[in-house]
Amino acid sequence: MKGSDVTVSNVSKSFGSFRALKDVSLEIRKGEFYSLLGPSGCGKTTLLRVIAGFEEADVGTVALDGIDVSGLEPDKRHCNTVFQSYALFPHLTVFENVAFPLRIKKTPNRLVKELVYRHLALVQLEAHAEKKPSMLSGGQKQRVAIARALINEPSVLLLDEPLSALDAKLRQHMLMELDSIHDKVGITFIYVTHDQQEALSVSDRIAVMNAGNLLQVGTPQQIYENPASDFVARFIGETNMFSGPVVSRSGNITAIDAEGFGRITIEDDADILPGVRVSATVRPEKIRISNDRPAEQPLLNIVRGVVHEPVYSGFQTKYIVHTGGGSQVTVFRQHANWSEGVPDIEWKDDVYLSWSARDAVIVEKNIQ
Amino acid sequence: MKRNYGTAYAVPQALWLTLFFAAPLAIIIVYSFLKKGLYGGVEPEFSLDAYRALANPTLITVAWRTLWVSVAATLLTILIAIPCGFSIAKSRNQAMRLFLVIVPFWTNFLVRIYAWVSILGNEGFLNQALRLIGFRPEGYQFLYNQGAVVLVLVYMYLPYAILPLFSTIDKFDFTLLEAARDLGATRMQSYIKVMLPNIRGGIITAVLFTFIPIFGAYAVPLLVGGKDSYMLGNVIADQVTKTRNWPLASSISMTVTLLTGVAVFLFTSRSHKKAEVAKDLDPRALPAEPSGDSVRAEVR
Repeated sequence: MKGSDVTVSNVSKSFGSFRALKDVSLEIRKGEFYSLLGPSGCGKTTLLRVIAGFEEADVGTVALDGIDVSGLEPDKRHCNTVFQSYALFPHLTVFENVAFPLRIKKTPNRLVKELVYRHLALVQLEAHAEKKPSMLSGGQKQRVAIARALINEPSVLLLDEPLSALDAKLRQHMLMELDSIHDKVGITFIYVTHDQQEALSVSDRIAVMNAGNLLQVGTPQQIYENPASDFVARFIGETNMFSGPVVSRSGNITAIDAEGFGRITIEDDADILPGVRVSATVRPEKIRISNDRPAEQPLLNIVRGVVHEPVYSGFQTKYIVHTGGGSQVTVFRQHANWSEGVPDIEWKDDVYLSWSARDAVIVEKNIQ
Repeated sequence: MKRNYGTAYAVPQALWLTLFFAAPLAIIIVYSFLKKGLYGGVEPEFSLDAYRALANPTLITVAWRTLWVSVAATLLTILIAIPCGFSIAKSRNQAMRLFLVIVPFWTNFLVRIYAWVSILGNEGFLNQALRLIGFRPEGYQFLYNQGAVVLVLVYMYLPYAILPLFSTIDKFDFTLLEAARDLGATRMQSYIKVMLPNIRGGIITAVLFTFIPIFGAYAVPLLVGGKDSYMLGNVIADQVTKTRNWPLASSISMTVTLLTGVAVFLFTSRSHKKAEVAKDLDPRALPAEPSGDSVRAEVR
């Protein structure tokens, strides 16, 4: 495997009185597609800039393959950056933009030509080599930026919200292209984004950040299915949260008295005593919605409610259901089968919501 | 019907320029082809004497000196103005710093030249200060030489260079410098290879704003220069007021105008050819943003 391990140890960084990073430590493995995910202002870009060498950490170190690079200038680090604004040199052609790092190294002309065309081929831009950046579309600029960042054969590629300036459809396409480029070059990718969909679909692992803190590191499945905090649960995808005191516990089945829902059972390995207040989550696609009351089963939670707002989007309908207890639950129903005339669940229908205790997760314990 | 008032609006401007620029220039052109009068003025008789007199070796020496002093002073001014404009563009308090650049204009320029005389003079501030810290008691000769002329010219025209450079650098995307550093360029390389080409327009303007007035400088070499730092401006003044050869003064003026005109034309046409290629493109010629599907089709 090519690429480098990146080790961030206890990094803190402040701008004036604003603390952008608070004691962040990360271990990124060789060749990993690693995402830093969080809302704007969470410190993810600052962390990327610390790794690239544009900002110096107040405290803490950054190491590539175990070698501390904290004191090195950006040009001495073996990582390259794809900037959010692309930062293509407007006075140079596409070819010369990509060739820039080679010109700095005084690479012989013949080799420059070969390398530049190989990298332009990687991003399918050979035909545009002689154009100026101002003549390119957003997606093309993006590819030039990627080719330019890869030509030095860095061991780590840093991507700062690289797709944020593209429209939705192109963004999907570029994301897949980035993934395939990652497979081809095999180096470590560190990808900064605020878009959880992007992060979930391409990352090997994701680090979720908020307000300068690292909240959780894990695979997309771990982050989505087992959020470590209310913030992560709410930030990644849509979810339903409930909280209340534990009323009983037998084996790994916990029953809680959830505010606005009543008694809810959750299967969880966590060691919790009755009386402790917890928060729990169940994802909208794990809840079944029906007009008829489902048959009672030992681990099935059943809640009654009224459809407040159905949002149809083709492949699924999202229902916002108001429960008797005054809470609001979001449910997704996939339209795997559809035929005209079969009654659908509609606005103001009385419905039953049901989900298995296995599909809910306890997120935080001892909450206030 | 819609009437075009553009022409009407241009009338005052056209009048002003005709009266105070075109007409005097025409007079100078005419004078340069006439015979000189006995005590100044001209005789109404066609003559090329004034142009023949240009071949005078002293005059050629002064012309060369004027050229190199102007080039040196312009280069120095630009070299100082670029970092200056850069720091103002980067500063949080741009308005205050720009104000400080403009403040000297509140003082008459002759007064400012005399200020330099009192700084650089034999009993001036600089020599007194040097004496205090133990340098030689008889002082140094700072004034009345080439160096003093260049120094004061640079001081005088610095704001004219800083202002256009600031406005270009302010529009410069500083991420480009980070990108250059990221791609392996040292700090210096990033300035030279990325910033300079992108602020070319500002440099051109700054060079024009300084070179042209410096080439015609008169007061500065007169007041802080010596006999060996005479420039063309001083020769012209002498021909008008002392030697009273108005046709010669006119022909030298014409030469200065032509030379600066040609120099400026060569300079701008060469620089613009490179700088403007990208900007002049018709934005309508830009390719439309391809949708994801069409890109995919293109790729396969």
